[in-house]
Amino acid sequence: MEKSKYKDLVAKHTPKENRIYNGMVAFLIGGMMGVLGELLRQVYAYYLDIPTSEATMFMIITLIFIGCLFTCFGFFDKWVNFAKCGLIVPITGFAHAMMSAALEYRKEGLVTGIGANMFKLAGSVIIFGVVSAYTFGLIRLLLGGVA
Amino acid sequence: MTIKYNNVYLNATGTVAGPYEQKGPLKNYYDGTYDDFYIDMDTFEQAESKMIEDSIDILLAKIGKTRFDIDLFLSGDLLNQIASSGYAASRLGIPFMGIYNACATSVEGLILGANMVEAKQIKNCICSASSHNNAAEKQFRYPVEYGGPKPKTATFTTTGGASAYLSSNKEGIKIESATVGTVVDLGIKDAYHMGAVMAPAAADTIMKHLRDTKREIGYYDLILTGDLGVYGRDILKDYMKTEYGMDLKNYNDTACMIYDREKQPVYAGGSGPACAPLVTYSYIISKMKKKEYGRVLLVATGALHSPTMVNQKLSIPAIAHAISLEVISE
Repeated sequence: MEKSKYKDLVAKHTPKENRIYNGMVAFLIGGMMGVLGELLRQVYAYYLDIPTSEATMFMIITLIFIGCLFTCFGFFDKWVNFAKCGLIVPITGFAHAMMSAALEYRKEGLVTGIGANMFKLAGSVIIFGVVSAYTFGLIRLLLGGVA
Repeated sequence: MTIKYNNVYLNATGTVAGPYEQKGPLKNYYDGTYDDFYIDMDTFEQAESKMIEDSIDILLAKIGKTRFDIDLFLSGDLLNQIASSGYAASRLGIPFMGIYNACATSVEGLILGANMVEAKQIKNCICSASSHNNAAEKQFRYPVEYGGPKPKTATFTTTGGASAYLSSNKEGIKIESATVGTVVDLGIKDAYHMGAVMAPAAADTIMKHLRDTKREIGYYDLILTGDLGVYGRDILKDYMKTEYGMDLKNYNDTACMIYDREKQPVYAGGSGPACAPLVTYSYIISKMKKKEYGRVLLVATGALHSPTMVNQKLSIPAIAHAISLEVISE
């Protein structure tokens, strides 16, 4: 059978993913994460008297800590499996990616295991995060939009 | 290429299975099961190696022999450098040949062992295959705790170890013939759709086996493919029909038998080198001994998947080996 014909045959028997449902779940849970973040920020700023700009940082640290902790407890992967991008895209996903890799390779040594593999998943986020930040910063500079 | 055997018998088997298989429909057929993925070992890889040893211990106890009585140990698994098998062999001290054909490893081992027994080069041998869900996830996909979302066509790597003892003693199940498969690649690049990758290889091997032995498909009471999963099973049926004009009769797939897909989070079904032998060496052989099946064709399918090559945008080649098992006629 030709490859193209086989591709059609495979497509006929391949189930459709529930894209709309998955998107809705991700949207709602991702949105709830945003609300939670904003709530934390307001609480830090209002009750602990932290300047708003620094409160954002504390909020991020809190979410990263919670993400890492839940990963270690072993149930965050099940949440991720359900919420998908709703938990992967926010900062919790980044923390989860690093923590799960660190857990996975902890038996293979500090340097050769955790050190070498912790960024296995998160490394590309950092690289492309930095590259795109630089690119957009440059574009903004060229357009004369310096703050 | 089809090989005929006159004097090789699968005398006994040893199977051990992990926590998910323990909750599956065939739970009562395994010789041993484990409640967790570590099996009192430090890491998943070491646990996988332990499963091979445990399955062999059970097997040796069944046949009343010690490891010093075994001429050859053939084993393979999914880990890089087939590490589980190598470490198990290092502790067993039986002359060892490591083999790899991904999820078709079990039947590859049976064919190699049967050839040497038939040629009287060895008196007996043990053929093993193993896989470990978490060790495979770690190596081929994401860290276990990451739990990255998967499409419905993904399969769930089986945790377990399965060993078979072959000799020329006329007891157990007769190994009647075997067909060595050809690697088939129909351009599928999706590492989450192994059923689609492997179905053409299975079809090719089944056809060649029937052609070489001049048999009809109804000759076998059961044709069993390795680990195509539910979607791969449908693809194989359709492919056999459109390509060869043949309806698959008395057909099942071990990936669809080992788990309860309604209740267990296993997507399209099981996979891994342990999937086909775990089902065959426990459930199928016990059915054969009760004479419910007389002739079974086991077609273990393997996706020769390398994450490196998939990242290099190449498609995934697949292989299938068939072995014909028969109840000994009195």
